[in-house]
Amino acid sequence: MIQNRSCASLAWLFSVVVMLSLAAPKVAQASAIEPYPFASDTEEDRFRALAEELRCTVCQNQSLSDSDAPLARDLRRELFAMLQDGRSDFEIRQFMVERYGDYVLYRPPLAGHTMLLWAGPVVLLIGSLAGVAVVIRRRQQAL
Amino acid sequence: MIRMLVPLLVFVGLLVLLIVGLQSAEQRKEIASPLIGKPLPALELPGLHSPEIVRTSEELKGQPWVLNVWGSWCWACRAEHPFIERLGREAGVPLIGFNWKDERGDALTWLDRFGDAWTWHMVDFEGRSAIDLGVYGAPETFLIDHEGIIRHKHIGPIDATSFADLMRRIVELRTEART
Repeated sequence: MIQNRSCASLAWLFSVVVMLSLAAPKVAQASAIEPYPFASDTEEDRFRALAEELRCTVCQNQSLSDSDAPLARDLRRELFAMLQDGRSDFEIRQFMVERYGDYVLYRPPLAGHTMLLWAGPVVLLIGSLAGVAVVIRRRQQAL
Repeated sequence: MIRMLVPLLVFVGLLVLLIVGLQSAEQRKEIASPLIGKPLPALELPGLHSPEIVRTSEELKGQPWVLNVWGSWCWACRAEHPFIERLGREAGVPLIGFNWKDERGDALTWLDRFGDAWTWHMVDFEGRSAIDLGVYGAPETFLIDHEGIIRHKHIGPIDATSFADLMRRIVELRTEART
């Protein structure tokens, strides 16, 4: 199933590239998002922001806002319905995580098992700064 | 001498990290469902053969059962069909079809052509219930125990290996239900 899908998405990607090159100026603004009747600009902004930080699980390297997969379309419809319902961003993210796991979040949560992910870069930075400091000091003393 | 080895060691370390990352990438495609060990969300959907009959997950309580997500549009569902037929014959528990985002006519033609091995089907045309189940592709197969808890989820077509694994789990669930 997965190989099949990725073949299909490759073919899809190829046709999109061809179409884009043919009609670049016109399609430049197009995205997968359908025109929903948003109550306000703020609501539309929230919709866009959420659709961008949620991953489409079928086409795993696309966000909900990029993907044209039927499931992504369903999830956007659900997202819109929840916004209309007055649910908070947190509740909407929670809804997705309960069903699809942390994986749907492009920004993983800060938890025990993601500590290395979040703290890793900081630890590496501090470590290498300390290393550089030691080297500089040694060279100064050697002079 | 040892100092000169440091860049080499760092390089080898990065190389190992890269190879391990590449090899585990395939497994990462299968997203573990957060729903395992949790109660099945209540399903209430029209039947496939007779849409006027409302099918619910409630009517299956008290026994283990299998929920199989399929669609006539799904190529891999055809590939796993021989194993679905075997499940229907050998599992000894209800095998429920979850017809996902399909046209009723297409689904019925598909069943006529390839055979209907399921106990009955429920239809999720909109895909709303599928979201509650965390479905992200067809086919997917869920095992539900006699208390209505999701115990296992198989993503992708069933093959000989996963069929044996599913059968073993079903037997376990049946034993559990009896005791």
